[in-house]
Amino acid sequence: MSYFEVINPGVLSLIQDQGRFGQGALGLTNGGPLDAGSARWANALVGNALNASLIECSIGGLQLKARCATTICVTGASLSLTINGQEKAMWHSHSIQAGATIELGMANQGLRAYLAVAGGLKITAHFGSSATVMREGIGGLYQNGAKLQPGDKLPMLASAPLPLRRLTPAQQPGFNFNHSDNRDVCSNNVRHGLSLRIVEGYQHQLFSNVARQRFYLNHYTVTPKADRMGVKLSGPAISCTSQSLLSEGICYGAVQIPPDGQPIVLLNDRQTLGGYPKIGSVLSLDCWQLAQAPAGTVLRFEQIDPQQAHNALLLAQARFQRLLAEVNIIAPNSRTGANNDNS
Amino acid sequence: MPLYRLTLASENAVMVYFEQKMAAEIAGLVQQAIPLIRQALANHLVELLPSYASLLVVFNPFSCDHFTLNTLLNGALAKLHIGQATAGRRIELPVYYSEQSGPDLALIAKTKQLTINEVIQLHQQQVYRVYAIGFAPGFAYLGEVAEQLTMPRLATPRANVPRGAVAIADRQTAVYPAVSPGGWNIIGLCPTPMFQPDNEPAMPVAVGDEVQFVAISKSEFIKLGGQLDKPLLQQSGEKP
Repeated sequence: MSYFEVINPGVLSLIQDQGRFGQGALGLTNGGPLDAGSARWANALVGNALNASLIECSIGGLQLKARCATTICVTGASLSLTINGQEKAMWHSHSIQAGATIELGMANQGLRAYLAVAGGLKITAHFGSSATVMREGIGGLYQNGAKLQPGDKLPMLASAPLPLRRLTPAQQPGFNFNHSDNRDVCSNNVRHGLSLRIVEGYQHQLFSNVARQRFYLNHYTVTPKADRMGVKLSGPAISCTSQSLLSEGICYGAVQIPPDGQPIVLLNDRQTLGGYPKIGSVLSLDCWQLAQAPAGTVLRFEQIDPQQAHNALLLAQARFQRLLAEVNIIAPNSRTGANNDNS
Repeated sequence: MPLYRLTLASENAVMVYFEQKMAAEIAGLVQQAIPLIRQALANHLVELLPSYASLLVVFNPFSCDHFTLNTLLNGALAKLHIGQATAGRRIELPVYYSEQSGPDLALIAKTKQLTINEVIQLHQQQVYRVYAIGFAPGFAYLGEVAEQLTMPRLATPRANVPRGAVAIADRQTAVYPAVSPGGWNIIGLCPTPMFQPDNEPAMPVAVGDEVQFVAISKSEFIKLGGQLDKPLLQQSGEKP
């Protein structure tokens, strides 16, 4: 069997594909990469189907030993990637020889990095997906929700060298969410940090105009209470007229307002049902920024209507397809692998 | 008054709301709506999350849009008829009720001025409906618990509720499918696994099914594969 061995999983490394859908009747959540765009590019740059299984490494520190030849690509949070101790570019595919050591440093911008291998990791699907959901004990290498451990063997098919591809820096998303002038939160005229587009829905009518104005006009800060389930924000409290709700389905990006008035944006591993009022949902295209934003990142919400949201989705899809078609091939049909790896 | 209303949830999700109450006739509407929506949306449907009195419908935004979706949903839901609260299957779940397996029985009896036997009788004489599945894999919300047994959640949730714990909170009851934190009042243990990821089906119940609890003895409980995990139960109320 061909495989990569996990020497050190780093802070938190999980097997993910695009997520587990259609299992909500059992109470199973979606999982999947917190930064779907970066995960998609990691797969695309090694020629994979976009749903291929890859590794999501949070914060960094992942070390792997290649036990077969293949091609890899690392995308997402900015960190140092080394292959056999040599610094290599992210957003760029690299040929790997059997025996090579691959190391990810600690993220200096953003939080989640993605490592894809040509052909994808060969992980047995669990309820239709390899996505690891630790809280549920579902998915992952052993179909038990476990994070990667030292000694884990990640099965794959050995692959001949592929054409090397990359995204240019201009084509890559940015991960610097907090510019130095973001600290000036007294002025409403300065654009601060992140802007998250939101489609109003759910119980939005239970929020007064004053509460909604407060929500849209003020800045919120990402707190350390952030994980794969969701991100708790802090800022001016939002009050809601409703007392208690019957539990109901929670979609990706839903913004719930618990009794303390501090919004929580629910992400990939959210619980499927919940009873807190929700003002609407962050556009799926913007959720990755929250998952990449360290505590202290300042953000604000911008309301858009569902037609604008739908247009944004279609535009993003068209842009991805166009970039995919023009993606730079650096070293076509390399036969000697690492020697042509001119990053 | 219309039977339902549609509300946006996100760029590719819509909520179908029925009258917001826990009631068999409302649950019947949710139950009727599931196959109607599945059929009408076909491949546009990404996820369907039914609950007490609502359905979250997630669609593929690259094959469908909100205009089309609302038309499809309204067409499908026009076929809903009130009073057709067709129940699903009737499932019996065995429970070993005792002070050993149900550490909150005594507290409930004392609070409600009942004997422990009366508490057990009241819990098992009711036929419950599976209103929703969520919170954790295999966690089924069952209702309604007899009014005399209505208990608030514990002020301090337990860090570890044992697998199989049969518990009540407000007018709801449930069997914990796995060891987890939890704040419901534990009255017994059920040996039937509520979530087995490697089995087909993974759960013994589905939304819309009826559940009746049947008291069993300690030896029957052990024979059915139940385990009495003393250290877990002894944590009662002591953990933050």
